Amino acid sequence: MSASAKPIANTRSGTGIPTARLITWWVIASEIVIFGGLLASYIMHRIGHPEWAESASHTLTWAGALNTFVLLTSSLCAVLAHKAADAHDGPKAAKLLRLTALGGLIFLCIKGYEWTLDIREGFVLSSGGFWSFYYTLAGLHGLHVLAGMIIMLIVAADAAKNQELQRVECIGLYWHFVDIVWIFLFPLLYIAR
Amino acid sequence: MTTEAHVQHPNYVKIWAILVALLIVSLIGSMSHIRAVLLIAAFGVAVVKAYLVAKNFMHVNVEKRWVPYLLIVCLLFIFIFFAGVSPDVMKHSGLHWTNPSADQPAQPGAAAKHE
Repeated sequence: MSASAKPIANTRSGTGIPTARLITWWVIASEIVIFGGLLASYIMHRIGHPEWAESASHTLTWAGALNTFVLLTSSLCAVLAHKAADAHDGPKAAKLLRLTALGGLIFLCIKGYEWTLDIREGFVLSSGGFWSFYYTLAGLHGLHVLAGMIIMLIVAADAAKNQELQRVECIGLYWHFVDIVWIFLFPLLYIAR
Repeated sequence: MTTEAHVQHPNYVKIWAILVALLIVSLIGSMSHIRAVLLIAAFGVAVVKAYLVAKNFMHVNVEKRWVPYLLIVCLLFIFIFFAGVSPDVMKHSGLHWTNPSADQPAQPGAAAKHE
């Protein structure tokens, strides 16, 4: 597809930033407010309720740590895909994006296993304030992982044909943000007891 | 339409290795019974990890200046929200008010914390 056939929003860059990347930054800015608000609410409640430490002691630290490792590794794949796209190597970028999505899938599988154990032990959304935050924060984050995986696979399909390579960086930015959110969720939900 | 490189790509594998090393540090720190060590291992390391990802993977440092400004303003909103709301949530009583429904379940935990 030629540049002239694209919607004007994809070709202009009046701010000095390509519009696709600009939109991604705006999405990230709004996500900061969403996750930031939830995290801030959790922190203030957690400080006000020292008894939540007992609930927090039931979370599986090894599962949280493993998921952190998986997300950090998938972020590496995403940024290497960006590097490949910059080198106009679409097939390599597509391969790395699919690896990133695989990282997301592994993350969700570990999360699913962890939640299954939690629920079997009787810790559900209504088990108390800590568990409400635990499922809401991790669930919302998991939904973001799932959305990122779906978009990544769509971007990878185009990138494999050397098309729309600018999108590789944009989905990478989003993925790194999701990684940063988890970097803060891990100590808040799994380490601070 | 292809992408136009606007960044010099650093050694990403090296940065990833540093991030994994920091993860291990936070895990080792989490085993500590000293509260200060635990908090630094948990949150200090998290801040460093987030900085490394934002700088090296998201390339915030080479983005147009107003992008970090935009992100900082959003973080500032969160800080204002926290500053405004947290006194009422973190404390269960004040000069002319009490919140017994929040205070009652918190008592055993608060007592254990001071033991």
